[in-house]
Amino acid sequence: MSNPYAKLPGWAEYGLIPLINLVVAFMVAGLVVLLVGENPLDAAYHMINGAFGRGEYIGFTLYYATTFIFTGLSVAVAFHAGLFNIGSEGQAYIGGIGVALACLWLDQTMPWYIVFPIAMFGSILFGALWAFLPGWLQAKRGSHIVITTIMFNFIASSLMVYLLTRVLKPLGSMAPQTRTFAEGGQLPKLDWLLAIFGLDIGNAPFNISFLLALIAAFGVWVLIWRTKLGYEMRTMGHSPSAARYAGISETRIIIVVMMISGGLAGMMALNPIMGEQFRMQLDFVQGAGFVGIAVALMGRSHPAGIIPAAILFGMLYQGGAEIAFEMPAISRDMIVIIQGLVILFAGALENMFRPAIGRGFASFGQRFPVAAQKGA
Amino acid sequence: MSDIAIELRGIDKSFGLVHANRNINLTVRKGTIHGIIGENGAGKSTLMSILYGFYQADKGEIVVDGKTVTIKDPNAAIASGIGMVHQHFMLVENFTVLENVMLGAEDSQILNTSIAKARVELKRLEREYALEVDPDALIEELPVGLQQRVEILKALYRKADILILDEPTGVLTPAEADHLFRILGQLKDQGKTIILITHKLREIMAITDEVSVMRRGEMVATRPTGETSVEELAELMVGRRVLLRVDKGEANPGAVKFSVKNLTVRDGRGVTMVDNVSFDIRAGEIVGIAGVAGNGQSELLETISGIRKAVSGSVDLNGTPIDMTGNADPRDLRDRGLAHVPEDRHHVGLVLKFEESENSILGYHHDKRYLNGVFLNMDAIRADAEEKIKKYDIRPPNPRLRTANFSGGNQQKIVLAREMERGPDVLIIGQPTRGVDVGAIEFIHKRIIEMRDQGKAVLLVSVELDEIRALSDRILVMFAGRIVGERAPDATEGELGLLMAGVEDRKEAAE
Amino acid sequence: MDFFQTLMALLESTIRVSVPLIFAALAGLFTERAGVFDIGLEGKMLGAAFAAGAVAAVTGSVGAGLLAAVLISVLLSLVHGFASITQRGSQIVSGVAINFIVAGSTVILGEAWFRQGGRTPALSGDARFQTITFPFAEELRGVPIIGPIYADLLSGHFLLTYLAFAMVPISWWILYRTRFGLRLRAVGENPGAVDTAGISVIWMRYKAVICCGILCGFAGAYLSLAMNAGFVKGMTAGKGYIALAALIFAKWRPLNIMLACLLFGFLDAFAIRLQGNPLPLIGQVPVQLMQALPYILTVILLAGFIGKAIPPKAGGIPYVKER
Repeated sequence: MSNPYAKLPGWAEYGLIPLINLVVAFMVAGLVVLLVGENPLDAAYHMINGAFGRGEYIGFTLYYATTFIFTGLSVAVAFHAGLFNIGSEGQAYIGGIGVALACLWLDQTMPWYIVFPIAMFGSILFGALWAFLPGWLQAKRGSHIVITTIMFNFIASSLMVYLLTRVLKPLGSMAPQTRTFAEGGQLPKLDWLLAIFGLDIGNAPFNISFLLALIAAFGVWVLIWRTKLGYEMRTMGHSPSAARYAGISETRIIIVVMMISGGLAGMMALNPIMGEQFRMQLDFVQGAGFVGIAVALMGRSHPAGIIPAAILFGMLYQGGAEIAFEMPAISRDMIVIIQGLVILFAGALENMFRPAIGRGFASFGQRFPVAAQKGA
Repeated sequence: MSDIAIELRGIDKSFGLVHANRNINLTVRKGTIHGIIGENGAGKSTLMSILYGFYQADKGEIVVDGKTVTIKDPNAAIASGIGMVHQHFMLVENFTVLENVMLGAEDSQILNTSIAKARVELKRLEREYALEVDPDALIEELPVGLQQRVEILKALYRKADILILDEPTGVLTPAEADHLFRILGQLKDQGKTIILITHKLREIMAITDEVSVMRRGEMVATRPTGETSVEELAELMVGRRVLLRVDKGEANPGAVKFSVKNLTVRDGRGVTMVDNVSFDIRAGEIVGIAGVAGNGQSELLETISGIRKAVSGSVDLNGTPIDMTGNADPRDLRDRGLAHVPEDRHHVGLVLKFEESENSILGYHHDKRYLNGVFLNMDAIRADAEEKIKKYDIRPPNPRLRTANFSGGNQQKIVLAREMERGPDVLIIGQPTRGVDVGAIEFIHKRIIEMRDQGKAVLLVSVELDEIRALSDRILVMFAGRIVGERAPDATEGELGLLMAGVEDRKEAAE
Repeated sequence: MDFFQTLMALLESTIRVSVPLIFAALAGLFTERAGVFDIGLEGKMLGAAFAAGAVAAVTGSVGAGLLAAVLISVLLSLVHGFASITQRGSQIVSGVAINFIVAGSTVILGEAWFRQGGRTPALSGDARFQTITFPFAEELRGVPIIGPIYADLLSGHFLLTYLAFAMVPISWWILYRTRFGLRLRAVGENPGAVDTAGISVIWMRYKAVICCGILCGFAGAYLSLAMNAGFVKGMTAGKGYIALAALIFAKWRPLNIMLACLLFGFLDAFAIRLQGNPLPLIGQVPVQLMQALPYILTVILLAGFIGKAIPPKAGGIPYVKER
């Protein structure tokens, strides 16, 4: 009785159902496009063209994707242990402090390849610290992690306004941001990577942190499926009672997982701060932490699903800008709608189409019993 | 008007592959207390849930007071004059008695009017049936006995003529239970019909007029209580099953390997589940714990394997005393040579979403041979899993298959292989063959005997009396959290049945 | 007298910013007491504010605007209900989704329909709520202390403001003094008890979710039809989450909710007034600390350091009949 839904073959479970959920989400988004009097197909064309039509566009798409890989991984890692970390947004924001401090300290004296690892360490440290408290409160005091992380997002936001207007802002400047970093605080672009494919990156801020994101994705895969800790996390996520039986400490896992999740979110800050703006600005996260929820849900919390999902959202962000240019009625907020719809259909309503698909398989099985038996 | 309160005709109900009720016929006469007795899982609760509209029967007919009725939800049951006192009380803990009693039966949109009326009605009911409860007390502040009284009042408030009580004494102290029986007697005198579901023979003999016995989803007999005996009922309940044949030689018990000392365990509500239990297991013997499910066996297993904390008591494992009230944790006990096959393999013994090979290291994932530093050594894990698959004939022989896709018997073999192949000194097994196909049962029994012959100390807990008798070298009977007697495996079923039903152990009492 | 005037102004703006919080927190009270957690208060409020602004601008009628706000908000509630009650999806995920869908669509639709940068046209006259002046307010203003309190603090607010404060005892009355309220609270504590009593758990929860929609509708309408003259994109600015915090801080009780909302509203008003001015005795306090205080207080409360916030027992769990 624990699983009221029919068992489906793997490809349907991991391929067909997410695909159907995604298609429905886009169809509903298409309705919104119709509602504002534009043609959804045209919009889709502009979106794809805007995301992949030129080397520079691809560069932007991948730049956004980099950010979303980090936040998607952050949310996914927590999911594996059965925790819903809504706080990636705030953890990424606070992670920025680590990046900014490293850059402000070393950018004038050191080359980027020295600053980068230190900044990375800083981003992980600060992001993890910001996630430690909600984790500790959940593990030791039973506070609901969802509520606590939401609260921490707002606290982070206030803290950063304070820091950027009072502490990190250079004297005499009005803008709430750090000073612009010297060369040591600027990451090299990955123009050579796109050049291999004959593409010109133009002004796109596609930078080396993309490679770090890929490494992080691989690292998360290793962590989840190839380490003892990952094994313990998954045990707890699937069955807390089995975890207790196996002698796995719930307290330890919750705290460690939240810190890893926060660290991954924090690393996101490297991309915009050292890769694009070369300074830390107010609100540089821009909702990427929340996009991470959609990315993780769509990618089924697997790095191999998260990377394409992140690229899809990168495409939406970059292509969305192109739609906004071609179709003034559709601003980039369209992406926020799609993001919400993806969360709704791939997350909260993930089981809506399952019974119908299950019935489809069942009737197929009746007509072709042999094939169905093999499938089972 | 007939003098039959309820008649069930040919009730049939399945949950997936489990056939919970088979062609049940039952007649309950008006103004009587009718007991329904049977072991856990015999289908009593399912039958009553059908009568109360919680489930719909697949087949069959319900006749209440001479009229055929369809009971599609509890509302319809209430309308037919049926009330139920559930085993787990259906009360809102932070509401008052009055609020609970009238919930769903308020006769006005405005509470104050309902409350005033309910208060008057409650007073009347209290007087009529001697069911005193403070109407303004919060449920969470009442002892369980009084909470149950509120449940009875709820049913009476809804004008129930037929009252179903599902295992009502499970949570009560003996004094509370006696009081309940007096109340039931009074209700009967007032013309109410009462159906009492229980697995306790003493209660049946004490207060029922008629008794029906269920076994494995079937109604096997109905007797006037005065014309039957505890012995007959015990036999009907347990049934004359085909005796399991297990080839086993004499046991050669050695030194004591594992002892439990004065263990007391309470559950979340503070009810004592294990009551000052002590026993020893020697190397090379199987000690079986017989008992009707729910008499503390599960809590005993969970506590001695470190999952649950005890209120007091300790164990001696391989000569090392371990306090069970504090830091004993499953990992530590495993390291000291204790292996545990839990009763519930779906939620505890296995992670159903894991690959087979992943489950084959659950709890032993700290072991160096499965690790390369902090990394899992996948080759070693899979090779190890394959070896176990071969040795235990687990099918399909695929270590990468999701565990949920194995049959019950093969899932159980995965757990057994994991726990037995470690070469533990002490093996604790709960319900080794629950939901396991016949072929696998034999295999599992053989393996358990082999473990004994290798000199392990084995503790076996099972609600299958046959299994206990076939495998054990000594049998302890557990009732209401206590060990109420010890028998040799050649004790008769009737003798064990009486002990299991809580009938006093004459032999020990005589000593 | 200067201190008195400052205090009056402060209290007056406290009331003003507390109103949407009270509506939204009471909205959350109804659904969470029935066992359906809702972090989509923000989205519902925003959707309602937009619907109110848009419809009032087009029809010129404040009543039509209010009605549209309630309708949209109830509709969004039903989406949440469908996902979390009928489909038994995650209540958290569903709430997050609704917040995003609304945040995006209000801007897109607003821009497409009105082309004013995500705003709806400025409202005036009958398209907007007018303040209500109590009798003799002007005449009594001169009376020391009592006069200003009567004329400025009590009189001169919008109808919705008075409604918000009236909703506190009304909500209490509904929850604790009606049959509906009894069943609603029961379904959030022990749905099994409600089911066995012959009441539909599903339908009961839907009713609670609809109540939540109506109240969020009022909250949104207040923002765009009363507090402001039209809709501005993202105008809820986290008020839904503050309301959620207030709900928890108030331990899911109506009167406490009002006090928590007033406290959080006061902190907000105080932070605005403070803007760089040092406090007596304490000295300079960063505005941001004041802004974060509601969240910090809620975290501390949740952790059980000051009392313990115990949520409805069946909260967040979809109801499945036990086998």
